[in-house]
Order: sequence, then structure tokens, then C-alpha cells
Amino acid sequence: MKYGPLIWGGLRRKRFRTAFTLLSILIAFVLYGYLSAIDTAFSLGVAVRGDDRMVIRHKFSMFTMLLPESHGPRIAQIPGVKDVAHGTFFAGVYQDSRNLFPSLPVDPESYLRVASEFVLPEEQKRAWLANRVGAVAGRALVDKYGWKIGDRIPLRSPIWRKADGSGAWEFELVGIYDGAYDGADTNQFLFRYDYFDEARATGKGLVGWYLVRIHKPAEAAQVGQRIDAEFANSFWETKTSPEKAFVRGVANQIGNIGVILGGILAAVFFTMLLVTANTMMQSVRERVAELAVLKTVGFTNGLVLRLVLAESVALAALGGGVGLALAWWAIRQYNPITGLIPSFFFPPRDVLIGVGYIAALGLTAGLLPAVQAMRLRVVDAMRRV
Amino acid sequence: MTTNNTLVHVSNVHKVYRRGSERIDVLAGVNLEVPRGDFLALMGPSGSGKSTLLNLLAGLDRPTEGSVSVEGHRIDQMSEAELARWRAQHVGFIFQLYNLLPVLTAERNVELPLLLAPLSAAQRRKHVQTALSVVGLEGRGKHRPMQLSGGQQQRVAIARAIAADPTLLLCDEPTGDLDRKSEDEILDLLQLLNREHNKTIIMVTHDPHAAARARRTLHLNKGVLSPEPVE
Repeated sequence: MKYGPLIWGGLRRKRFRTAFTLLSILIAFVLYGYLSAIDTAFSLGVAVRGDDRMVIRHKFSMFTMLLPESHGPRIAQIPGVKDVAHGTFFAGVYQDSRNLFPSLPVDPESYLRVASEFVLPEEQKRAWLANRVGAVAGRALVDKYGWKIGDRIPLRSPIWRKADGSGAWEFELVGIYDGAYDGADTNQFLFRYDYFDEARATGKGLVGWYLVRIHKPAEAAQVGQRIDAEFANSFWETKTSPEKAFVRGVANQIGNIGVILGGILAAVFFTMLLVTANTMMQSVRERVAELAVLKTVGFTNGLVLRLVLAESVALAALGGGVGLALAWWAIRQYNPITGLIPSFFFPPRDVLIGVGYIAALGLTAGLLPAVQAMRLRVVDAMRRV
Repeated sequence: MTTNNTLVHVSNVHKVYRRGSERIDVLAGVNLEVPRGDFLALMGPSGSGKSTLLNLLAGLDRPTEGSVSVEGHRIDQMSEAELARWRAQHVGFIFQLYNLLPVLTAERNVELPLLLAPLSAAQRRKHVQTALSVVGLEGRGKHRPMQLSGGQQQRVAIARAIAADPTLLLCDEPTGDLDRKSEDEILDLLQLLNREHNKTIIMVTHDPHAAARARRTLHLNKGVLSPEPVE
């Protein structure tokens, strides 16, 4: 790279200006990384849901209106339904109010059958079935808090109090489950419904929602209608929807994530393009005499064009590269929406797209100044100096 | 008449600029022969066409009419890319204001024309050191232009001009921005390059003191070349 010192020298010419431009690009790519991770997390939350699973909740509210446990056997009898499990929103807090993650009382056997993406070793499953205060947690959650099997895990629930009036619950970690595929949610904490139901002060016999597996995904609409018809005109009317639609609906309560993130990114990159192009334009304008010297020495117009473009790409690569690396590191360190989405990571595909954005930013921002530099006539340039 | 010893041959060169409807004849039928090893001073008042002629000889500009040949090559007929490559091999240009790249060290500045030659990094380094030693700046290679005096900067510029061992050195007021002492040093150096290294030099200058160091002097006035100054 014999032209390296020349390109690097161009960047060092106005150090503060270059530093501020680099910082802007860096921040833009950190933002890109985070928004990509959030977008992916929400998309994945929908994508990983099975086509053969449906969620049944109370017709009017999932969080404030529960369903009776007795619905379970009736749902299981409805044609098209293959298996039934239930879950209840517990909202357990571990040690500090910031440590909130999905914690659910479930029936171990039926829940593990229906939520087959949770892979629990057989001996740990047996241990869970043998221990009423036993609980299992996903690998990501265990890694986050450094838990190990046998640990006592205290949780406080703002919703559910025990019969003795206490909101403090304690469980023994008897198993750690892994995801069957990338993106499976390993942030959940599952404990036994029978223990929960016996110990809670209120709401006995009620569950938050049902998760059912159906025989044929193509018949989801009909099965959903049958389920809702079964409980129509009762106090416990239901609303059944495919799990994908259900998760998408929860995400859309925040807004259309993809459109919002796309809009933010477009604005950020457009601004970046203007900032970088302005830096390069100023840089070329200030170096008219230097570019003329290069041409006098024998640099061809094409070579001068490539040098200016290389400088612009180097600027974008330096800021963008560090930005992507920083985003990758930061995303591994900190998930801003723990508990809301199953997994939070910077997908390699988006890292590659980011590299593409860097190249595009560098080339686009450098194009106009590079063409100006290419067209510069030595005689005119020297007359201006 | 062109002889085997002729390096530069300029024949009936006209250069016309237009400013709106106004026609400005900067060069009006210039004929010039420069033999190899010559040290020619071109003198004349401002606006006489000295720098224009120098630019034509360097292939930085094209004549409106006439021909410019260097070493038998019609440079007025070359494309932009051919001219750039030709300059890299055949011309060293020395400016009045040195025109060093401030972000590069003296060594890197001198190396610039060598980047265009098929040389390894080690070969380039060797050429750079040789050029710097010729101009007496062996120990200043790592200095940036701002850390050097005007005379030293012009020496670096001369080292850059001779680094690729060009046939022709073109100097546009090379001492115009220097004090008398530095001016003498630079002129000594140009004479050395002409006499010891057999470089052909064409120097544009206002200064009779500088012109006196050349082997011969020609005068340009209103675009016409003559051996004697026109009153």
C-alpha cells in the first residue's frame, strides 16, 4: 500500500475535523448495530414461533383477565387440537427491580411437550418433577446471573402474594434448558404451577393463557373458531390466535418496529452522508495546490480520483469499523429490553450489511470531491493559489 | 534547426486565452531550441508569458497553435494520461512556493514521483536518500516542511524534482521567495545539477542575479522571445 502515507496524511491534515467526522460515523454505526439487534430480536420473536401453535387468552385482556384451569381438558377435546399447556404471568424480580425476566408457573410435562424448543436433559426433568419448589432456567439467564444447579433463587412478585401475605418466593434451580435452534428463548424461568397454585393467596385455579399445538397449521383459523365458540357467552370467553400473530401483536403495541427503525437508520445515514461528503469537499477544496502538485509530478487524473475515494472510504471504514465493533461488544454486554424479547444479538448478516453501508458511505461521500479533484487542471489550480 | 543534441524543440507556438470577447495572445509564435545540458534562464516582465511557456514545456497546458517536442516526442499531441506518465519520467518541476505536502515528511515528499515508477520500497528509499544527499539534506528526511526553513524546503522540492532522474528540470521562479543567502545556495545547487549531473534546466525568473547563473538567457516580452531584453 505505497499510497498509504498519502491517504493517511490527507486524513491527518485537519485532525479535529477528521476526529469529529469519525466520531459521528462511529456513533451512527453503534446506533445501526443496536437498532439491527432490536429489529432482529422482534422479527425473530415472530419468526421462531411455530406455525402449529396457538395462544388462547381471555377475550378482553391477557394480563388482568385470567382463564380457569378447567378450560385445559375441554380445549384438549376440541377437534384439531393436539396438545395443551398453560402459563401465567408472574413478573418475578430477582434481587433488584432491574432484574426482570419472564418467569412462569407451568405444568412441566405439558409445557415442555408444547414448547418443544426448550431442551431439558432427562435427568433434570425428572428432578423437576420430583421437587415441588424446583425450577428450570434458560441458558442465557443462567449465564447472566451465574447460577448453578442447586442454587436457591429468591424472586419477588408484585402480582402474586403467598397465602402468608409475603410476596417473596423461593425456588431451587434443578435444571437448565437450552434452545433447540438459534433464537430460541433461553431467558425464561419456569417453575411448577401446582406449587404456585397451592401457595398463592388469590386467583387459585386460574391461569394466564393457554398454549396449544394443533394437528394442521392450515386449519388454524377453524380450530381457533372452534375453541372460541366453545367458551362463547361465558364469563371466560376466549380469544385464540396463531402464536406468530400473537407475538407480533405484542410487539406492535410498541409500534411497527421495522418501520420505526428503518426510518431512524435512513435519517442517520443520510445525515452521515452529508457530514462525510462535506468533510471530503472541504478537504479537497483546501488541497487544490497539493493535488495540482501530484498531477505535476505525474499522477494521472484516474489515480487522483482513486486516492480521494480511498481517503473517503478509509474515513468511513475507520469510523464505521470501530462503530460496528463497539456495537457488537456493547450488545453482548447490555440488553436494553431484557424480558420483552427472546434474544438480543447483532446478527452476522447485519454486520456484513453494515460493512456494505461503510463502503457505500465512503464511495458516495467521496464521489463528488473525487470527480472535482480528477477534473482539476494544474494550470488553473496554480493560478488560484 | 533540430540537431541530435536538441532536447526541447518549440516551433511557432501560439497561446491564446479568451476572456469573454477579448482575445489575449500570451505567446505569439515562439520558437525555441534547448540543447541537452543547457541551463536556460527565461526572463521577462509579469504577464510576458514566461510561466505559460514553462507550463507548455511541462505538458501542463497545450498550445493553441504550433508544436512542442521534448526528446523527439510531440507532447502537444499526447493525451492527458500519456502526458501524466511522460511527466513522471521526464520532467522535474520546481515551484516558487516549494509546494511540498505539509502532512508528509521530507522523505515522503521526495518519494512522490517514485511512487509512479516500478520500484520496490527499498529501491524508493535508496533513491530518496540519494536525492536528499545531493541537495545536502541527508539528516532532515524525517522533518515535516513546517520544521524546515524556506531554503531547506526548496531543497526538498529540488530533491523531489530530481528523485526520478528526469531529463528536464523546469523551475518557475525557484528563488523568488527566498532571502539572498538561500537564493545563492539554491542557485549553486542548480548549477551543480547542471554541471555535475548534466541536467537540462529551464528557469523562469525575474531576477537578473539568478539569470546570471544560467548558461544563457532569453527574454520574453508580449509573447515574443528574443535574446535581448526589449526596452
